[in-house]
Amino acid sequence: MDSYDTPGSTPRHSASSRLKDYFIGATPLQKRLESVRKQTSFIPTPPRRKIPQCSQLQEDNDPQKVAFLLHKQWTLYSLTPLYKFSYTNLKEYSRLLSAFIAAEKQKGLAVEVGEDFNIKVTFSTLLGMKGTQRDSEAFLVQILSRSQLPSENRELKVLWTGWFCCIFGDSLLETVSEDFTCVPLFLANGAETNTAIVGTWFQKTFDCYFSPLAINAFNLSWMAAMWTACKMDQYMAATEFLWSVPCSPQSLDISYAIHPEDAKALWDSVHKTPGEVTQEEVDLFMDCLYSHFHRHFKIHLSATRLVRVSTSVASAHTDGKIKILCHKYLIGVLAYLTELAIFQID
Amino acid sequence: MSSQKRVKDSQAQKRTSKVSDSYQTNLAGEEKEDLDDSKHNLNDEQDNPPEDYGHADDQGEDALQIAVRYFEKDSAKTSQSKDKILEEHLKTVENVAWKNGLAPEEIDVLLNVALNGKFGSAVNTRILKCMIPTTLIAEDSVVKAVSWLCVGKCSGSTKVLFYRWLVAMFDFIDHKDQINLLYGFFFASLQDDALCPYVCHLLYLLTKKENVKPFRVRKLLDLQAKMGMQPHLQALLSLYKFFAPTLISVTLPARRKIYFKNSENLWKAALFAVRQRNQGPPPEPLKLMLGPGQVRPVKRKWNSYSVIPVLNSSSCIKECGKKERTLSDYLSSNESFPLEQLKSFPQLLQNIHCLELPSQMGAVLNNSLLLHYLNCVKDESILLRLYHWLSQTLQEECIWYKMNNYEHGKQFTNFLDTIIRAQCFLQEGFYSCETFLYKSLPLWDGFCCRSQFLQLVTWIPFSSFSEMKPLLFDHLAQLFFTSTIYFKCSVLQCLKELLQNWLLWLSADIHMKPVMNSPLETTLGGSMNSVSELIHYVGELSITAVRLENNSTFLLHFILDFYEKVCDIYINYNLPLVVLFPPGIFYSALLSLDSSILNQLCYIMHRYRNNLTAAKKNELVQKTKSEFNFSSKTYQEFNHYLTAMVGCLWTSKPFQKGLYIDPEVLEKAGIAEYKNSLNVVHHPALLSYAVSFLLQGKKWNWYLDYLFSEGLQGLKLFIRSSIHHSSVP
Repeated sequence: MDSYDTPGSTPRHSASSRLKDYFIGATPLQKRLESVRKQTSFIPTPPRRKIPQCSQLQEDNDPQKVAFLLHKQWTLYSLTPLYKFSYTNLKEYSRLLSAFIAAEKQKGLAVEVGEDFNIKVTFSTLLGMKGTQRDSEAFLVQILSRSQLPSENRELKVLWTGWFCCIFGDSLLETVSEDFTCVPLFLANGAETNTAIVGTWFQKTFDCYFSPLAINAFNLSWMAAMWTACKMDQYMAATEFLWSVPCSPQSLDISYAIHPEDAKALWDSVHKTPGEVTQEEVDLFMDCLYSHFHRHFKIHLSATRLVRVSTSVASAHTDGKIKILCHKYLIGVLAYLTELAIFQID
Repeated sequence: MSSQKRVKDSQAQKRTSKVSDSYQTNLAGEEKEDLDDSKHNLNDEQDNPPEDYGHADDQGEDALQIAVRYFEKDSAKTSQSKDKILEEHLKTVENVAWKNGLAPEEIDVLLNVALNGKFGSAVNTRILKCMIPTTLIAEDSVVKAVSWLCVGKCSGSTKVLFYRWLVAMFDFIDHKDQINLLYGFFFASLQDDALCPYVCHLLYLLTKKENVKPFRVRKLLDLQAKMGMQPHLQALLSLYKFFAPTLISVTLPARRKIYFKNSENLWKAALFAVRQRNQGPPPEPLKLMLGPGQVRPVKRKWNSYSVIPVLNSSSCIKECGKKERTLSDYLSSNESFPLEQLKSFPQLLQNIHCLELPSQMGAVLNNSLLLHYLNCVKDESILLRLYHWLSQTLQEECIWYKMNNYEHGKQFTNFLDTIIRAQCFLQEGFYSCETFLYKSLPLWDGFCCRSQFLQLVTWIPFSSFSEMKPLLFDHLAQLFFTSTIYFKCSVLQCLKELLQNWLLWLSADIHMKPVMNSPLETTLGGSMNSVSELIHYVGELSITAVRLENNSTFLLHFILDFYEKVCDIYINYNLPLVVLFPPGIFYSALLSLDSSILNQLCYIMHRYRNNLTAAKKNELVQKTKSEFNFSSKTYQEFNHYLTAMVGCLWTSKPFQKGLYIDPEVLEKAGIAEYKNSLNVVHHPALLSYAVSFLLQGKKWNWYLDYLFSEGLQGLKLFIRSSIHHSSVP
């Protein structure tokens, strides 16, 4: 019957299961593919989002730890699901990661697993840092150094901090099996060499993949609109935009600061649907800013590139750097970042 | 002696190798003579520092063999004029060594020369500096060399240099067991202050657990007390402590400083070259290695060495899960099989039930055995791990996402090649590649990594064409229409391969389930729809391309190649599908000026006929009305084409049906008598055959045979099958 010759018989087997799967659409992998197709064929982001509601932090959170996360600049990464990660093994992970760091730092030398090294690694969960109950628990990793002088009170200094979280990550959860832990958003603060070492260890241990998460101008506009829409008791900083004009020899930056109450007033004038932000509103909001600027300076900002947005809620840079200022809207900011991270790993 | 030196190559070569074999025995005899000679040498050295005589020749082996022989033997007896000769030979050795490295035998000889004190230390230094192996150094040579150190014939600086050399070349010594037996000797050398740092480094490389003894620990601690906290001593101590924590109670400060002075500095470039040479294809299952075992290190902070992770078994995760492994765990036969030991297919079969998986699934790309495993594994999470890793890596590495340099582009191309090799090996595409194509094809310039990119397209897993069209094939069509004819041809070729891959998958699927139940039947219908949509898509591309490229013969070849696959689907793949080509292609081929195109067309028509006849026969046998019975339209279409072809080529009554041309138009064009002009004699594609046939003065009865003998096999098959003839035209 076969007049052709396939290199082996195994492909047939998997081809058949694949074909069946395709029409039933059952496996997580199939669901994944479906979601990618949908995302690629339609507009990449949904045209409407909720305005962050104040304090969605779950009640069991640790205020001290939350405060620690604010007012720091974090570099963003997206992270594929962790394979066989277990929250019960955090202590063991601390031990292994610190040995790994020690080994990396003095390459080529054998290193004992254990003490005798002035670096300590801690893993701890960030309780309450989730959007829904299904979201994976957020956790924090720190590299601490013991002070060099043995006589001093051996105080631990934080060298590097990174944390992993997943806020409203349902769309990702649906497409993986239970062997995986989804924490698609990773934020790091500290020397990049440390980020690289920790990242490499995670990649080796949990077969995951870190990619830098840049924020394009389109998403920065969304952030500007959503954060302006947040109700604030008092504003701590001006609303500021930074545009970059690509010209030689040096690029030209245009900074545009507005009184936060004026920004809010402008937003209220373009905003129609209660509790939600739509694409039209975002566009309109930005267009108003553009035309205002043009009236005064005769410069079309729409022809330049938006690179940074700062508000009293948070500030974000296109390079993938973020600083969260307002405790109330922490979850709201993280939810959007999680969405961007999931979009990147899809 | 000098005449002997000039001995020609083959002889010289033989002799050298023989000499090196019998070296140990001659050695004693020559030693005495060497002694006085070395004194001379020393003086000469001081008077005439080595100069460049401009004799730097790299005539290769020849000169090298002579030089080696000179050092080994002749120099002992030569007299005054030897500086020049010595210098010349030294140069030769240096040149060859730095360029290609030296063979183990040559190193063996020269190492002895350098250490036996025959020459002065300047010469010894130069010789030692160029002891660069082509690939490996024999352990024996090193042991012999070490034995010279005990004799006390070489200076302190030579000794230092020797230890530095030993440390630098440590990795290239073929075995280390014998050298390890000399551990005690090396350890004793620690007492020499000048040697101590280098000996420490050597010991650091050499130490095994069994070398760590209490008396050595004591000695080291004594030394430390005497010399203070020396980094090299600390390094060795920390290693000892690692092996035997109970023996060393002192706490060693953890420090990040580099423990050893870099002994490699002198040979940095050479070491790199040797490593490059050694990285040739590994000796293990050559055929099975899919990719370069180790990709060149890339300067990146993350994923430091290569794009594809190195194969490591996932023991770490397991340890975390189990916490403590008991002794019985280690001894039990249920122990999983470590990946690092997996070398052959039989091993894979024996251990397939207990195979340990890599900690990073991406590593399977470079390992064909694991790809086999991947192929039969049921575990969805394994595929998901690979999916995530591959999707992200493709996205990160893709060059047209970011402005990047040429080097990076090459790396990306290599990476794609590795993936494609794996896909070809599996005969199956990865989902990650499909999603990567969705994301990147709209941004593709049609030029960058073209060959790789199109190959990725050929491995798109089978699925609904209409769903994929807006994501992929519409973008591809845009590029197709706006690019050169060569691009068009490569796209057609790639779509032909895609079709073939889909057909193979589908036919395999049918074979799996001979009894079709109802849901699968509709499934098969859906699949056939998808395939026929692909064929129609290529048909549309082809028609437009033929017009854009003015009926280019080259392009038509690629188009007909595609239809050669299409026309045989029913018979070759046992799938219920016959799709004919569009008229635009049929007539372009029929009226082509090129005989090979016409021939190919005839062949395709012949195969269509066979496929349709087979289908008809099956229908009659089965009698049941299945949804896969071809509509009469297909048969009508085919008959229409057939009539047109027979009318043109055979009966000289072309285009009698469905085509009317005003006779006036024909008259104006000067072809009022057109009816004969497309038959096998007058057809423009065959006219040249007719002429040369006439020139041979043969009878017309033989004309067809002549055509067939000229290689027009398609025409032959077509005429034999479609024209029942009793007479010749």
